[in-house]
Order: sequence, then C-alpha cells, then structure tokens
Amino acid sequence: MEIMLSIITGVLYTAGVYLLLRRSLVKLILGIIFLSNATNLLIFISAGMTEGKPAFVAKEGAEQTGQMADPLPQALVLTAIVIGFGIVAFTLALNYKYHKQTGTYDLDQVKETDKV
Amino acid sequence: MITALPILIPLMVVILLLMVGRKVYWLKLIGISGAFLLFLASLLIFYTVRQEGILVSQAGGWPAPYGITLVIDLLSALMLLISSFTAFLVGVYALKGIDEKRHRFRFFLFFHTLMMGVGGAFIAGDIFNMYVWFEVMLISSFVLLSLGGSKLQIEGTFKYVTINLVSSAFFLIGVGLLYSMTGTLNMAHLADVIPTIENQKMLTVVSLMFLICFGMKAAIFPLFFWLPASYHTPPISIAAVFAGMLTKVGIYSLLRVFTLMFIGNVAFTHTIILWIAGFTMVVGSLGAISQSDIRRILSFCLISQIGYMIFGLAVFTPLAIAGSVFYIMHHIIVKTNLFLVSGIIHKIKGSYNIKKLGGILNAYPFLSVLFLIPALSVAGIPPLSGFWSKLFVIKAALEQHYYLISIIALAVGLLTLFYMMKIWNEAFWKDDPEPNKKSDKMPWQNLFSRDFIFMIIPVLLLSGITIVIGIFPEPFFNIAERSAHELMNPEIYIKAVLGSTMN
Repeated sequence: MEIMLSIITGVLYTAGVYLLLRRSLVKLILGIIFLSNATNLLIFISAGMTEGKPAFVAKEGAEQTGQMADPLPQALVLTAIVIGFGIVAFTLALNYKYHKQTGTYDLDQVKETDKV
Repeated sequence: MITALPILIPLMVVILLLMVGRKVYWLKLIGISGAFLLFLASLLIFYTVRQEGILVSQAGGWPAPYGITLVIDLLSALMLLISSFTAFLVGVYALKGIDEKRHRFRFFLFFHTLMMGVGGAFIAGDIFNMYVWFEVMLISSFVLLSLGGSKLQIEGTFKYVTINLVSSAFFLIGVGLLYSMTGTLNMAHLADVIPTIENQKMLTVVSLMFLICFGMKAAIFPLFFWLPASYHTPPISIAAVFAGMLTKVGIYSLLRVFTLMFIGNVAFTHTIILWIAGFTMVVGSLGAISQSDIRRILSFCLISQIGYMIFGLAVFTPLAIAGSVFYIMHHIIVKTNLFLVSGIIHKIKGSYNIKKLGGILNAYPFLSVLFLIPALSVAGIPPLSGFWSKLFVIKAALEQHYYLISIIALAVGLLTLFYMMKIWNEAFWKDDPEPNKKSDKMPWQNLFSRDFIFMIIPVLLLSGITIVIGIFPEPFFNIAERSAHELMNPEIYIKAVLGSTMN
C-alpha cells in the first residue's frame, strides 16, 4: 500500500510540474491542484500508515489493545485540503477575470508587469 | 490570555466590519480604530515580555507537545509591535490614499485578516499552526493585491499567487517530512528532539525545504522575481504594507527555524545562506539601477536589503543576529515610509516614472526632505538608522573574517546610495519636463490641508522614528541584543514552552 501511494505521489508531482511549465493559465491552475494534492498524499504517507486500526485511545481505565493509527497526519491533511480548496476557488475566479479582460489564456502574454 | 490578542483583536474587527456592510464611513472608522487597538495591545505585550520574559499559552489547555502552543518571545513581541505600528500608520494613510471604490470593496476587512495572519505567524509555537497562519496571510494578500481588479493588478496577482502556492507546497513537504522523522510539530519540542535523530543528513534536506519556502516569501536571490512583478501594481498603501511587512514575515520565520531547530549542520546550511545573501544584495541593487519607475526601484531595493538581513543570520554570532533584528526593525519603518512618500508624489504629479517627474524640490521642499530622510537611511548614511544596522551586521561579519562578503555588502551600500540619488536627481532636482498647470510653487502648509493631512502625518512619524533610531540607537540595539541572546540560546525558548510539562 505504501509503495503504491508513493508511486502515485511521484506521478502527481511529475504531472504537476509538467502542467506548471505549460503555456496555458488553465493548465497552470491544474498543475497547482496536482502539486497540492501530491503534497497531501506525501504527508499522509510520510507520517506512517497503520492499516485497519482506529485512531482512538482506549477509555480511561481500560487496557489499550494493539496498535492505533496516528490521527494527527489525517487532521493535517484535512486542514491542507480545505486551504487548498479555497485557494483553487480564488485562482479560478482570478483566471476568469483575467480572461474577461484580455481574452487570452496564453502565459506568454502575461508579461505586462515585467516591462521596464 | 494576553498572548492571543494579536489574533483576537483583528478577528473581532473583521466580524464588526462584516456587520456594517458597505457603509464607507463605518468601515473606515472601525478599521482604523481596530488598527489602533491592535497597536496598543502589541505595546502591552511588548512591555510584558520585556519585563517577564517569554509568554506561553496553550490553546484549549492541552499541555505543550500535544496542544497548539502560542509563544511570544522578545523577537515575536518586537515584530508584533513594529508591524502593528506601521499597519496603523498605513491605515491612516489609506483613509485618503485608497479610493472610495476600494474602500467599498472592504479594503479594511482584508487588511485586518492580513494582520491576523501576520500576527498569528509571529506568535505560532507550532510549525503546522505557522503554516495555517501563513495561508491566512497569503489569502488576504491575494485579495488585497487584486482589489479593484485593474488589468495589471490581476496579472501581478497571478504571478504572486503561483509562486506562493509553490512555496506553500514546499512548506507542507517540509512539515510532513519533519513529522515523519520526529513525531512532533511543536517547535520547542522539535528543537528538543532534532539533535537525537540518527539521520541528520535527511534533516539537512528538510531544512533546505524550509529555506526554499521561507526564502520565496522573503524574496531571496534566485526566488525573488515575483516581487518586482507584482508589488508595483496595487495602490501604494497596499504596496507599502506588503513591502514593509510580508517579506519580513519570511525573514522572521527564517530567523526562527534556523536558530531554533536547524542548527545541527551550521557549517553547511549557513554557508548556503551566506552566499544567497551576497547574491541577493548584488542582484537586487543592480536591478534597482536599471529601473525607472519609483515603485519598481523600491521593490528591487527591498530585495537587496533582504540580503543584509539574512547576511546577519548566516554569520550566526550573537552580534550578527542582533544586527539582523535591528535591520528588520529599521527596514520595516524605512521601506514603508519610502513607499508612502512615493504615493504622495504620485498624488501630486500623477506619475511614478522618474523620467516624467521633475522639479519637486523647487515646488515642494518640505516633501523633498521627507523623501531624503528614508532614502539616505536606506543607503546607510550616518546618523540615520540604516547606518547602524549596516554597521552591526558588517562588524559581526568582519569579526568572523568574512572579508569578501563584507566588501560586497559595503559596495552594495554605495550602489544603494547611487540609485536613491538617481531618484533624487531625476524626480526632485531636475527641471520639470512638463511644466504645466500645477508647477506653481506650493507652500508647505498645503501639505497639511484636508487632502494631504492623513497622508503626511504617517510619513512624518515614520521619518521621525528613523531619526530617533539614528541618534539614539542604544535602547533599540539593547532590545535587538536581548532577543539575539534568546535566539542564540534555544534552551531558553524550549524551557519556557516545555518546562512546565516535561521533566
């Protein structure tokens, strides 16, 4: 399971970087989404996975039976997903506004602010 | 309780601002009084920390490594104080400096969410919590940058957003890897655990992840291109907040993690930082020389000054760190001031391009002096604040025999003087290339008329502080030295946070 997820993370990073380097603004946004999701997976894997165990501590007094999953990385990933979601919504709105003003998605045209 | 004020006050203000809708008068009134309240609270916090040492509070009452910790040491308190002070002054300036349309779009609301993020980042004692505050800050800055929606602004925002999202990804990767190695996210606990890890090489890799991500936010050498591409697009009040504060949050975080957590391999990491510092100084000032828009010159100047701040971090002695802290103090004030003055020039003359400007010295001698003070201060002319900050950093470097990089730093000081004088010669000294309707001499009292009073007072105050720091540097340097002492002895920080629960 961990190996499979690691490969998926790698593929997501590759695809994300590839999309970031394309010339279209839409693909740029897709690339950002890929990068942030790859990072979420990375946190999830790197914190260590415990299969089939709940993330609960035993009730006070009762004996802790067996291993338990670490709930923290899941909380982290959840936070990161929510933040990423908000940011993607913002970028899409920005993209819409930009296209309405200039009528282009071409990244090569995005050079007005760099003119000396 | 007092520890959480830098987050709670902006939050309350934001809620109030949401309730008044789009009534500009109320938005302005609540916005500005909220900013003042925040400044008072920061003053209180600073005073408390100076008297009683590090303030720690555990959110929700969970003990340190498990709950979310809020920590205010002297550096955090200092950053809070300066940033809330400049934020208040920029808020006053923005009353007139930002048009009614942008006020109706709730400029002050996003301004306060920005302050909430900045304050949160300064007081976070937990690395993931810091990430969350960074995101709060970033999202507000995205909105502020694109507020009003002109074409240039949208384009600048696109560049800013993209680079910041990549940097956030690096931040999260670093956090994830750090957690996998240590099993904790509390910064004090991390600092405690990190020396015991077997795989120190992997830790160096992680520390570089943090260097990349905070470096992008601070605009260090290879990662600064977004800054001059975006900071000149929004109205000047917004650009002033960004230039004064946001990059300094990056520097603060670098100071924090590279003095608290990643000190196991100083010879490697801090050498990298040293070279980056040198390149940042040189490339930033060369960029500034090639520009002709005042805001873009100031943006590149900002990058070159960032180099000095991480230079102090790289040298890594108590004096150098104190120099860095002093530099941050001086720089927030001076850089905000320069942007605000250029905003007044734009309001009078209608341009930021120094080729189209001219004759300001003749028509507005008082305003010219107000520009000259921060400009000379940035260049490091005694007896202004910039001189002392450069002196401390370079002295510390010479003590450690970093001769080459010290010479570079001194030469860059000359370059700074050169491009500041370029603005001075072109915009102030030269004859007005378009002598027209407004070229008749304006008495200085006019700057205190209803149109300008809110814009000139912040500039006056900031210039006054620059001179005060320049003439009486000792109390300020003492604070910088004390906070450097805290930073160089991480066990003080660790003990303050974990002391009550561990052992």
